[in-house]
Amino acid sequence: MNFSLPAIIAQTALLLLLAPLLSGLIRNWKAKLQNRRGPRVWQPYFDLLKFWRKDMVISEHASWIFVATPFVLFVTALSAGLIMPMVTAQAPLGLFGGVLALVGLLALGRFFLALGGLDPASAFGGMGSSREMTLSAIAEPAMMLAIFTLAIAAGSTDLSRIVLASQGTGWNFLDPSHALAFTAMFIVLLAETGRIPVDNPATHLELTMIHEAMLLEYSGRYLALIEWGASIKQLVLMSLLANIFFPVGLAAETTPATFAMGLLWLSAKLLALAGAVVLVETCNAKLRLFRVPDLLSAAFILAMLALVSIFMFK
Amino acid sequence: MILSPVILLLAALCGYAVAAVAGLLFMRRERLAAAFSFGLAAISGLSGLLGGLLLLAGTPANPDGPFELLPPLIPGIGPLMPGLWFTVRLDALGAFFLVIVSLLAVAVSIYSIGYAKSYFGRKNVGVLGAFYNAMLLATTLIFVADNIWVFLIAWELMALTAFCLVCFEHEKTETRKAGVLFFIMSHVDAGCLVLGFLLLFQTSGDYSFGSLHHIGAVMSPGKRNAAFILFLLGFGIKSGVIPLHVWLPAAHPVAPSNVSALMSGVLIKAGIFGLTRVCFEFLGPPPLWWGVTILTVGTVSAVLGVLYALMEHDLKRLLAYHSIENIGIILMGLGASLIFLETGHSRLAALSLIAGMYHTLNHASFKGLLFLGAGAVVHATHTRNMEEMGGLAKRMPETAFYFLIGAIAISALPPLNGFVSEWLTYQSLLQGFGVTESMWRLVFPLSGAMLALTGALAAACFVKAFGITFLAQPRSEHAAQAVEAGPTMRMGMAVLTAACVLLGLFPTAFIRLLDPLTQQLIGEQISARLSVANGLALASLSEYPGTISTPGMVLMAVCLLPIPLVLWLILARKARTRRGPTWACGQPGLTPQMEYTATGFSKPVRMIFKALFRPRRDVQREYDFSPYFATNIRFESHIEEVFVERLYRPLRILILRISRRVRALQAGSIHAYLAYIFVTLLLLLLFAL
Repeated sequence: MNFSLPAIIAQTALLLLLAPLLSGLIRNWKAKLQNRRGPRVWQPYFDLLKFWRKDMVISEHASWIFVATPFVLFVTALSAGLIMPMVTAQAPLGLFGGVLALVGLLALGRFFLALGGLDPASAFGGMGSSREMTLSAIAEPAMMLAIFTLAIAAGSTDLSRIVLASQGTGWNFLDPSHALAFTAMFIVLLAETGRIPVDNPATHLELTMIHEAMLLEYSGRYLALIEWGASIKQLVLMSLLANIFFPVGLAAETTPATFAMGLLWLSAKLLALAGAVVLVETCNAKLRLFRVPDLLSAAFILAMLALVSIFMFK
Repeated sequence: MILSPVILLLAALCGYAVAAVAGLLFMRRERLAAAFSFGLAAISGLSGLLGGLLLLAGTPANPDGPFELLPPLIPGIGPLMPGLWFTVRLDALGAFFLVIVSLLAVAVSIYSIGYAKSYFGRKNVGVLGAFYNAMLLATTLIFVADNIWVFLIAWELMALTAFCLVCFEHEKTETRKAGVLFFIMSHVDAGCLVLGFLLLFQTSGDYSFGSLHHIGAVMSPGKRNAAFILFLLGFGIKSGVIPLHVWLPAAHPVAPSNVSALMSGVLIKAGIFGLTRVCFEFLGPPPLWWGVTILTVGTVSAVLGVLYALMEHDLKRLLAYHSIENIGIILMGLGASLIFLETGHSRLAALSLIAGMYHTLNHASFKGLLFLGAGAVVHATHTRNMEEMGGLAKRMPETAFYFLIGAIAISALPPLNGFVSEWLTYQSLLQGFGVTESMWRLVFPLSGAMLALTGALAAACFVKAFGITFLAQPRSEHAAQAVEAGPTMRMGMAVLTAACVLLGLFPTAFIRLLDPLTQQLIGEQISARLSVANGLALASLSEYPGTISTPGMVLMAVCLLPIPLVLWLILARKARTRRGPTWACGQPGLTPQMEYTATGFSKPVRMIFKALFRPRRDVQREYDFSPYFATNIRFESHIEEVFVERLYRPLRILILRISRRVRALQAGSIHAYLAYIFVTLLLLLLFAL
């Protein structure tokens, strides 16, 4: 396997630049749907710039873990993005890992973020860490089963191969097992990116927050890195869903033409997914913490059915 | 002199023996005893490590036949009993486990030189060294035993020395209770093994392991299955498989920490070793249900092990429960391998076996490391209770770093070794779905999903273990005054940290060493297929292989790191950083009481799985005028250990009841006893006729 430097650089740039836009878009649309004017689509960029320039306060109780966490989170999210086929079916660094490595890299980021939450000795941080780790643990089997469904159908955990296999001939990726697995993965996506009904990204109410609670002590450039990393993670997971379940428009070869074409398709798919997320967020209320496992076990059952339907229908 | 593996092995065995005797000889001079017996143990371990690696790296699968151990050591000695020789043989499987025990022996012995100081003037360090070396000797002998007698004698010796070490701090009631439980379970386990081996011997008529090879093929199915169940029970108790695990979380924490590291790292692996030897070499070819049973037992142990671990706030008990979890993951690999053997997919069987064996090695290195780290922490804070620790990352920075590496490795996070072996396990489980048409194949993806749950819960558990122990403010006076561990203790941990990193970053190089092992047990060598891109990446066996490359991930991270750093230089040039107090909701001063506790951290899991844990809590408040202004609060929280309450308690009651009845026989009258003897003699004579 050869590495194409332009593809790597292009995808890195895409991940870095597109991620805040996607967050801004979701926030803007959500406001519109709720009859509010809402922030501009570009607001996250300004926020990030502001955070970068601000002075920073670090808790006197914190150790070096607190300082390392923003970097680990940012780098793991970017790395996860680079081993994923985003615009064309060829992942720039697909040799370095498949879907299991992607899950592992995101988990490493989460591990450090949870430690970063505990480090400043604040009760809120600990609460956020505890909830984040618990919910992600409950979400993990559902995600793995959904992934297994695709990997078994493709005969590989290599993401490029999964995309190519589900492209197959024409539109035959629209089968029951894919649909069920997609639903399961969508629920997991809501949990992993901290969306309603699992977590509310807009709240700072101490009793309900999960993700935000871990970041309370971060400020300045570290906060910028964490916010950016989290939005990259969201972009990675959404593109992953878009590409492995709707593999339209991903060419097998990477050329400027296929890249442009793929970019158009990717944008269309991300817009559709963002619309779905906004719709779910607007139509639902946040669930009580101990109701969330019910939702996630529903995702697990769906993924299980997806798996069973592979060998029922083939 | 030619450094052959066998000579290195003999040197290691002699080294342990001499070190054990030296410990006893220098009993009165503890400094000398500690330095000499642990120092010599480290050197012997190094010799064993070299021997094992040399054999695994060498091309011929089995260069040396079996040989008698005693005659070369003590000239002119005959067999122990007529027809019974003390035979040992170093084959690939034994050599692999020799590597594991020797690696841990090196690291733990270096650590022990410093650790033993905490016992100076208080306990007899010479005896500690003697039992410690005897245990290493016995464990090494198990891995190279070549007949039933040597195996069982070494097995018993290992159990007895381990018992003495568990009870080393016998003045505490908790320790004595745990020791007795360990002693009883060890002997139930030895009993099962004796019966199992007797069944094999009945067919073979010979004690040597050579005569037992593939003896399952000529045994009747009933006998073969009975032998399998006996061995599964016996080796299952030793490796702490749920529901046979009760002794493990009791015994491992109360032992001195260096011994805990060896017990969790190596001793429970003796069970895995035995099961592998018996199932693959003696009883094979296996029926389908053996593999399915082992896979299921492994999955249950993994999930329940980590769930119980999450509920612990005793640092060493938490680690002990994680041993159960990891044994489960190892058994998943072994079980899958047996299923593949039955369906005739020998390459996949080799892949699963490699997954299990690699995880065995990895678990030894990171669990050894974590126990050594926990030992350093307990040594510094004088408590095993995590709720009284905290803030140690600043006071013991090096120990904290090593413990963090171990925590990342055991949570199966990239790029360390735990991730690599769990990736291999996932790959073999994934391909299991395609090998058979029966409903049984659903067991593979379900185990995979449970492995995912296990991994994520382990990560949660180690966020708790590391976060509560090392981060935030110290929660007690002892924690506030903790100091860094001594140089040899840090060096012992550094050795295992290096092992975790190397095993994680260069898996293709180490998996090549497993070729002789899979050749011996399955007849396949697949390491060349597993390594792609000049060994940079590890590939699965499927037609379109999935790949991972841990060095690639590190490289990627190193190349991406400049992005935030450059942005820092450009954008944040003028930004200043200052240290300030943590936001405490406007209250003056943040006290350790405001921190999240270990119990609080695991509360969501306790609530979600309350059907399993059946949590009980008891709150008593004392107040003067209003319950909202309590002067004193007493809080108790318990979880029920299902297996202890529902399985072992009824069993114990039953056994006590039976023994009460049987006691009537022991009337204390010599006439009655003579009558018993006479009746027994008569019966035996009748039986002989």
